[in-house]
Amino acid sequence: MPVSTQQRRSAVRTDNEPSLRIVCPNGHLGFAPIKTGSFVIGCAAEPDLICADSGSCDVGPVPLGADISSSPRRWQEHDLEVMLLASRRLGVPMIIGSAGDTGTNSRVDLFVEILRDLARKHGLKKFRIGYFYSEVGKEELRRRIRDGDAVEGLDDRPALDLATLDATDRVVAVAGVHPYIKLLDEGADVIIGGRSSDCAIFAAPAIRCGFPAGLAYFYGKILECASFCAEPYGAKESVLGEITMDDVKVTAMLPEQRCTIASVAGHAMYERANPFYEHFLGGHLDMSECHYEQYDDRTTRITGPRYVPARELRVKLEGSGKIGERYVGIVGVRDPYTIAHIDDVIGWARQQAREQLGDSGYELHFTVYGRDAILGELEPLKATPAHEIGIVVQGIARTRELAEEACMIGTRQMFYARLPRVKGTAGGVAFLLDEVMPASPAYRWTLNHTMRVDDPLELFPTFLTEAGV
Amino acid sequence: MATRTLAEIAKTIRSKNAGVDRITFDLIFAERADYELVRRSGVVSRSAVCRIFGIEDSRITDYVEFDPALAIKFTIRRTVPSGSPGDGDTFGSQQYGPLLGIEVPEG
Repeated sequence: MPVSTQQRRSAVRTDNEPSLRIVCPNGHLGFAPIKTGSFVIGCAAEPDLICADSGSCDVGPVPLGADISSSPRRWQEHDLEVMLLASRRLGVPMIIGSAGDTGTNSRVDLFVEILRDLARKHGLKKFRIGYFYSEVGKEELRRRIRDGDAVEGLDDRPALDLATLDATDRVVAVAGVHPYIKLLDEGADVIIGGRSSDCAIFAAPAIRCGFPAGLAYFYGKILECASFCAEPYGAKESVLGEITMDDVKVTAMLPEQRCTIASVAGHAMYERANPFYEHFLGGHLDMSECHYEQYDDRTTRITGPRYVPARELRVKLEGSGKIGERYVGIVGVRDPYTIAHIDDVIGWARQQAREQLGDSGYELHFTVYGRDAILGELEPLKATPAHEIGIVVQGIARTRELAEEACMIGTRQMFYARLPRVKGTAGGVAFLLDEVMPASPAYRWTLNHTMRVDDPLELFPTFLTEAGV
Repeated sequence: MATRTLAEIAKTIRSKNAGVDRITFDLIFAERADYELVRRSGVVSRSAVCRIFGIEDSRITDYVEFDPALAIKFTIRRTVPSGSPGDGDTFGSQQYGPLLGIEVPEG
């Protein structure tokens, strides 16, 4: 097994060279299982902490609104078990951020419960679990709006109004490093975080140990997606990060992967509108002066990130609101004439829905695969659809019954569409199945906003409990 | 004039959500010469992006050339937030398709 220079150095670490080393095995814990081979290698390098983020807005608005996880509990248990056993064996803290995708209170409770079960299952020695909540009550937001304390929109959204708030089911605030540092100070061995910035999970222990904030937040930014900062591409593999007073180093743990200048710099700009800035509660990271160098074959060294404190503490809010119950139907079309006139077919189906259900109280969405399903209006080739197309019909309404009926009309009436020169008069579309299928309720992101706070801990109550025997 | 496509020249061409209201695109090159070639050619300028996707310039929120990663990066506004009914790409991860075939004149 190739051993990086970074691992060799660890054996000769001295107090004169303070450093903090973190292994990160997964960029979205629970979403797809940790690959354990490279995690074992990472743990053999004797890290000071084991940390992973579990959150993401990528899963869409349904999990937050419906207060569910996006993946089965067994996958979450797998990842937590792998990390917990390593953490207890090595005697180093473990930190999980944004529990269960959304970081709602119920997801934090779920992860704490899983940890307790795992501790019992493995007869682990007693350890302290620290956790914090991130949900914000709608009444608090209502009060702010009435008091004129604007809940400002991000990314060109208008300030939050009462109508949008009323249409919202659940809101989480995005924590910074503060609750993590508090829980570490209080002696937590394992921390389960509510919704928080990805980078805060890793920056918190580094800042607490006195490392410069600019390096610490960058350290978090580069570690939070695990092997996404390595090449060749391969997700769910571990990376090892080291922060010193002068630099950050990151090493791929899978023998086949390397952290290169290109892969690390490429990752620094991943999932953000602008590669130079990362915002979080308390300030932002300025990466415009970052310098990347190849430290050894599989390690990249970074210097130069700067932390810029915020003039006003503003916390990011994420909110999701239910639109309605949802059914889905699927049809296919092979007749070139029908394909060329598919918008007329959809128009016919919509008209039948209007005649039966009226103009409002339901939504119908037609997504045309083989033409523009993925890019929509951005699709340059929408005028030249494929030789066969598939249409996914979504019917959405307040009740399941109405959603099913709307979806059924939208799907079945495509079969009866009246195109003037169609040759096939026995049915205009092919049904994958004649039924329509119950789906998850439809939600939308109602909040992508910020709110002023006086104290970075005020929305994030912390708790300590014990597990093990 | 001889041309190569962006798919032939770039190491990585990808798209992804940047928050729930934005999609960001990354073109990353392995060699500085390729990065410079594409930059100079102008085939992925702001106005080219508008042409390729048929959008107004106001939809583009950021357009950055990022030297440390040999990358060209631009970000566009979504018309509906990710995962809303009718949105066909919840992660924003398949929006880069139209970039692959863009022809880049050699030298």
